Amino acid sequence: MSIITPKKTNDIAKSIFWLIGIITIVILIIIIGYIVVKGLPVISLEFLLSSPKESGAAGGIFPMIISTIYVTFFAVLIATPLGVGSAIYLTEYAGDNIVVRIIKFASEALASLPSIIFGLFGLAFFVVFLNLGWCVLSASLTLALMAMPTIMRTAENSINAVPQSYKEGSYGMGASKWQTIINVTLPAALPGIVTGIILGMARAIEETAAIMYTVGASIAAPITIFDPARPLPLHLYILATEGISIDNAFGTALVLIVIILIITISTNVIVERYQKKMMGE
Amino acid sequence: MNIENVIETKNLNTYFGDHHILKDLNTQIPRNAVTALIGPSGCGKSTFLRTLNRMNDLIPIFRKEGDILLDGKDIYSKKTDIVELRKRVGMVFQKANPFPKSIYDNVAYGLRIHGETDENKIDKIVEKSLKAAALWDEIEDKIHESALGLSGGQQQRLCIARTIAVSPEIILMDEPCSALDPISTTKIEDLIHKLKDKYTIIIVTHNMQQATRVSKYTSFFLNGEIIENNKTSKLFVDPENKKTEDYITGRFG
Repeated sequence: MSIITPKKTNDIAKSIFWLIGIITIVILIIIIGYIVVKGLPVISLEFLLSSPKESGAAGGIFPMIISTIYVTFFAVLIATPLGVGSAIYLTEYAGDNIVVRIIKFASEALASLPSIIFGLFGLAFFVVFLNLGWCVLSASLTLALMAMPTIMRTAENSINAVPQSYKEGSYGMGASKWQTIINVTLPAALPGIVTGIILGMARAIEETAAIMYTVGASIAAPITIFDPARPLPLHLYILATEGISIDNAFGTALVLIVIILIITISTNVIVERYQKKMMGE
Repeated sequence: MNIENVIETKNLNTYFGDHHILKDLNTQIPRNAVTALIGPSGCGKSTFLRTLNRMNDLIPIFRKEGDILLDGKDIYSKKTDIVELRKRVGMVFQKANPFPKSIYDNVAYGLRIHGETDENKIDKIVEKSLKAAALWDEIEDKIHESALGLSGGQQQRLCIARTIAVSPEIILMDEPCSALDPISTTKIEDLIHKLKDKYTIIIVTHNMQQATRVSKYTSFFLNGEIIENNKTSKLFVDPENKKTEDYITGRFG
């Protein structure tokens, strides 16, 4: 009898994959735990609600929270119609030809471009050429370019996943293509589209390099979209690289993580409720 | 215009790419009666059905030659309003395909896309259609819940209600019971009996007993041709064609 039986190899494989799974979880817990442990001591109501003093060595990060929400909100607002619109065009109208393949290739290339390149483009195009200056709008436009391919690809996949039978049912009733898209296809694809928007938003909210050259670094909270700002990741970068305050950098990181967590969880809950209502569970 | 027949085809040929599906079809569909289309898989009966409301237009490689006349007018002519055509010629699919919306919204869908905005009127038609489809009593209290929560048989009757709501003249049914249990099948067949005086129904079925139970006329398809068109009572008892006899007695197909 051989020493290595099929059952044994199976057991070994199982434990190796189990170990890999555990390692992933442990790494996540270590990183999050480290930030929580280091960041939590500086978090206070004052930290959240006051402006920074001494370049951020003291005081709070209120303007940075506002900047992050502001910049991300407009980035998503710009990227969503573009991304979903091009997904509708690609899936419902374009068919399969050379132009479509080029668009798909371009969006993939765009998605894999380093974010610092987006930043450089944003500086040259929005800040200088369009003369928007360093401001929320320039940063939002730059981030929208980054988030758009993600939103587009996810929307494209979820629109493609809508069963053909729904569309046939609608056409069979005499609905036009546009009526079918608006009333049947998009509502059925909505959960997937929202997931794509969240992924795009996550890419925008955590971005540092792409906004470094476009948003300015004003320590005051922006009022209009033409004001410069300093979102959380940029603040964190400045605090850490210029050695202003490592403690406050960890506090800032924790706030950023919590904001992302809140947005992700609440969207998931809303999407799940919508899906349950739609599926009649 | 022929009073007896609502649909007439003249030398109808259809193709999917290089595949010649329907071959020189010359047939008539009688008005306000149930016509069953039978034949082995791949004989073209579903293609024929989907040509009648131009559902095949969705498939880029589809093309056809010859004419299909609905009340004497060619439905493939450039003047045909395809929205109007599909309103007149409704369709119930093989697999029940209610939209992921409420029961109410499913039935109201057709009315709304055709521009009806009077909510009172929509309410009335929704109720009337659900009653006509023998579904109202079962779902009366959950009309605003998702249609996907219904059983398969209820979903299929909902699809029939949805089709009836826009007052079609013809209802095409593509094997409407193939995914249903016997009890649900009986309910759909009873429903077909109820509807047959008001509508022209064309039903594709693989179940020959079903054809004899629900239809007045039967067309037997084989390899894209209609082998025999006859009264159902005649075709199944005393077929004129040897191939029909072979098929209905189970010698092939």
